[in-house]
Amino acid sequence: MQVHLRNPTRVVEVAGRRKVHALLTELGLNRESHLVIRNGTLVPGDGELDADDEIEIRPVISGGAT
Amino acid sequence: MNPGSKCRVCRQPAIIDLPRHNANFCAEHFVELCKRQVAKAIDHWHLLTREDRILVAVSGGKDSLAVWDLLAELGYAADGLYVGLGIGDYSDVSAEYARGFARARGLHLVEVNLRGEYGYDIPTAARATRRVPCSACGLSKRHLFDKAALDGGYTALVTGHNLDDEAAVLLGNTLRWEIDYLARQLPLLPARDGFPKKVKPLVRLTERETAAWCVVRGIDYLVDECPMAVGNKHLQYKATLNQMETESPGSKASFYLNFVERMAPMLAGRLADDRGALGSCAECGAPTSGDVCAFCRLVATASAHERVPVELLTKGKR
Repeated sequence: MQVHLRNPTRVVEVAGRRKVHALLTELGLNRESHLVIRNGTLVPGDGELDADDEIEIRPVISGGAT
Repeated sequence: MNPGSKCRVCRQPAIIDLPRHNANFCAEHFVELCKRQVAKAIDHWHLLTREDRILVAVSGGKDSLAVWDLLAELGYAADGLYVGLGIGDYSDVSAEYARGFARARGLHLVEVNLRGEYGYDIPTAARATRRVPCSACGLSKRHLFDKAALDGGYTALVTGHNLDDEAAVLLGNTLRWEIDYLARQLPLLPARDGFPKKVKPLVRLTERETAAWCVVRGIDYLVDECPMAVGNKHLQYKATLNQMETESPGSKASFYLNFVERMAPMLAGRLADDRGALGSCAECGAPTSGDVCAFCRLVATASAHERVPVELLTKGKR
């Protein structure tokens, strides 16, 4: 599957099926800090991602301290 | 779709898992949950009344657009306020998201431009004051939010601070035992001479939830982080708290919400002391403990400085 990431913006290829939590763990991303989106729709943690899916992993953390 | 991932309410396929609620939700019931959490915050802390004239501080990011949208969903009419901070392309793009949201919903957006109206921008202010950019940014926004609210006759200033924001600030203030800051870290700061009422209706929602709200509601927002905030302490505190949250769901909520319920009342005296006599700024008339307020001192310093492009301060940060 193609996985679109940010900070920095990049695309990585991940081979085979994965559950969302497994993919985040594999990429070293905290599940509390990210959303996984497929075709504009959120996918929950135990959602299954197919090998030919195009996925966006969106960080949700904002940094302003005010 | 994994057949095991069902909405807690209707048993339809879920779109989000919320470990702190030990539950999954479909889009419809996730929206209901968010509305319920915000309504609960408003009711419990008496944040807003139906008579309030509401101004929402809008950055073009997920939280401020979510709170504007949620207030509308709950029947609270509100105008928006966007402050152009002059942080290069980041500010240009964020303004477009704020304007796009307002335009699409027929909402009124007030705009203030730092460079155009005060002769400086945040990168220049950071360099001129030799302090971190978030310091000049926060000072500028607080002053201009207050001013816009009072000038416009608004009775409530709403910001999009979420549970993660408040928990991270609480952690930072606790690590340094900043008692006066802790005393002020409340979802509601009542109006007082020269300051509007300030409320934070999103403090019962995490930022993963406010971001999910935007996705579910089809709200386009600026996902990218402010280039000047990269690596700041606030982000480090959030990362630490999210590690704890992953191990122990609900930690952030209990940390902040129990602080408000159990600890903040014990600090109320400090808040009252802090509200001692304030004079008026000799330049702008805003409340201040000195002759000239911090904002006017910042304007004087930053507007006299040669313009500094944001790239000069962010090089090699990411």
